[in-house]
Amino acid sequence: MIEILKARLRLGRQTVAWPDGPARFPERFRGRPVLDPARCTAGCAACLEACATAAVTAPGTPEMALDLGRCLFCGACAEACSEGALTFTRDFRLATRTREELVVAGDEAKLARALDARMRALFGRSLRLRQVSAGGCNGCEAELNATGNIQFDLSRFGVQFVASPRHADGLVVTGPVTENMLTALRKTYEATPAPKLVIAVGACAISGGPFAGSPVVNDGVAGAIPGVPVDLFIPGCPPHPITIGDGLLRLLGRVTHEDLRVATTGVVGAAES
Amino acid sequence: MSGLLETWNGEAVEAREVPLVPVDRFQDGLCQAIAAGGRVSALFGRRHEENRVLVTAVLADDRESRLGLLSTVVGARWPSLSDEFPALQAFERELAEQYGVVPEGHPWLKPLRFEHARMPVRDAFGRSEPFPDIPGDYPFFRVEGEEIHEVAVGPVHAGIIEPGHFRFQCHGEQVLHLEISLGYQHRGAERLLEGASLPRALRLAESLAGDTSIGHGLAFCRAMEALAGVEAPPRGSYLRGIALELERLANHVGDLGAIAGDVGFQPTAAGCGALRAEFLNATAELCGNRFGRGLLVPGGVRVDLSAGDAARLADKLANAFARVRESVALLFRSPSARNRTDGTGVVSRELCDALGLVGPAARASGASRDVRRDHPFGLYRFTHLPVATGESGDVFARAWVRWLEIDRSAGFVLDHLRGLPEGPVRAALPALPPGRLAVSMVEGWRGEIAHVALTDDQGRLGRYKVKDPSFHNWMGLAQALRGEQVSDFPLCNKSFNLSYAGHDL
Repeated sequence: MIEILKARLRLGRQTVAWPDGPARFPERFRGRPVLDPARCTAGCAACLEACATAAVTAPGTPEMALDLGRCLFCGACAEACSEGALTFTRDFRLATRTREELVVAGDEAKLARALDARMRALFGRSLRLRQVSAGGCNGCEAELNATGNIQFDLSRFGVQFVASPRHADGLVVTGPVTENMLTALRKTYEATPAPKLVIAVGACAISGGPFAGSPVVNDGVAGAIPGVPVDLFIPGCPPHPITIGDGLLRLLGRVTHEDLRVATTGVVGAAES
Repeated sequence: MSGLLETWNGEAVEAREVPLVPVDRFQDGLCQAIAAGGRVSALFGRRHEENRVLVTAVLADDRESRLGLLSTVVGARWPSLSDEFPALQAFERELAEQYGVVPEGHPWLKPLRFEHARMPVRDAFGRSEPFPDIPGDYPFFRVEGEEIHEVAVGPVHAGIIEPGHFRFQCHGEQVLHLEISLGYQHRGAERLLEGASLPRALRLAESLAGDTSIGHGLAFCRAMEALAGVEAPPRGSYLRGIALELERLANHVGDLGAIAGDVGFQPTAAGCGALRAEFLNATAELCGNRFGRGLLVPGGVRVDLSAGDAARLADKLANAFARVRESVALLFRSPSARNRTDGTGVVSRELCDALGLVGPAARASGASRDVRRDHPFGLYRFTHLPVATGESGDVFARAWVRWLEIDRSAGFVLDHLRGLPEGPVRAALPALPPGRLAVSMVEGWRGEIAHVALTDDQGRLGRYKVKDPSFHNWMGLAQALRGEQVSDFPLCNKSFNLSYAGHDL
């Protein structure tokens, strides 16, 4: 017992400083991309060729854009661009309220807006979510699990994942929604009491990701349960736990600041020493 | 391994040189190889003339580090070998599902992942279209009698995990039989890989099983390199090996935390749960992504590490590893944790070999089997990691083997980070030649990953076969539960920690 207590004391406080303090990311972390079409030489489509999911559109024109809903954040497009027209920043805030806002052009962070006052009153201090893995590779699932560990600890904001849709205020869906999971997803949605939120996490749940176009998937939540609005899109492959947390807390109005706090390289969540 | 086309892990051969023999000789070849201690690493079909199926087997001789290839052509049915060699049961079910080849006499023929056939054939399971869209909707094996009850779990589970359906036949708390139905995650991954551009194929490979991005990504890259006839330069090979071991470290540390959580031992559950991140973050220091996405590329790796960064990363990992050692020691020293794990979910050595288990699950039952030693690739041809084995085949042994592997992988990562050779990290990949076949095996953290890549007559990926270690090991979990209590299921499940996505593909 003494050994256990001593080990516990040595571990110290492990919860990350974010959102009150800075979020730490490795130097090479790829967050929100920035596009500068002016630097793009006409006729070159190297970024498009390098992209696995056709996330880059209209290269070589002023309308050049990158769809974060499709983007796997592999960085191959930036690597392929010799002119630096496409670069990735370390801005981890990627979640949006609409699918359209995921399409990035230029250099502007589109931050997820909070729910309306009524919904915020309902969920702002206690949000219970049921997760449905519908063809996810276990990457997004692993990062969603991480949001609950002692480092990210989203439960300190009242955000928790629960075992039953009947206990939930909303669904978090990962994966491109396979045909074989379609019924289970629909039933889980129907079993969740209204008002309910639907949150799509990861490129697969938003657009199908690398599996888009497969005859046995539905290219994400919107295609799988048509008519059901998605309240929050959290892009990434998989999104970092802080990106997930940032999206959820902005949705609840718990994080509103627009200034970006990313400390120099460091391990996310390491005990301050 | 006579009569087979001999090859090695990471080598390519001319596809047409694979011996094509009648079905009986093909099956004799399989039986002889297995009886002599060999294993079937992969077995897959391809569409052949007149709606017949060209079946190719990859046989592994672990002692001689050799692989053997053999093919045959079958029609709508062939005699099943699964009764004699249960390790073949899933391969035969897969072939029945994808190509309608009925294995006559199969002891338990049922769909594997509820995917549609790859060519217009009569349904091997006698179903009529349209198939029910719920994989679990089929007659499960049932135990009947007074006081017998059935427990159904899934596909949507209580925690944040992938979907599968588990059907327990119970007498009180005792599990008489567990049947596992998978397929919910079936995304058509193999078929998407076929004909895909290289950038997309690489991303698909990294997403076959997300917690094994490096394992599957590396198997894919090495398959492409084998086809193209190039090799990653030494520095790139070092960084790949480091990334593969970091993936093992992150998952094994996380699993020990999860096992501790399931026996209610909070100190290790919290400690290892957080320490897992140290290894994920180290991978992110390498390539920007905690799962290693975007690090690998056919020909090597995409990013280099400066000498200063490598030294800093090594120091940080040495520190993290010391804390893992401390946290894990608490678990193994705790009598209450030992009491819950000792003798729980036993898989005997005989059962392990019959089912063809791989990875830590097999090593925990005493089967010394590890691709890194038996079919060494890349860095492992020069650095030999001792293979960790257990004896008892229970939850404790599966946890203990993970701990031994953590210990050895940590040493490996530190040594190689501190001794990176000079030079480039990446070689150019020439166009793939047509008509070649390459077998690429990697010891992922769950065990043997095998990829078989074939190019068509234009040098594109024609057939791409993926085998995740979970393909073999799910049956091991089902068998481990026999005679156990229902309440031990989560613990047994964590000790295997198998991939649904990697199985369902």
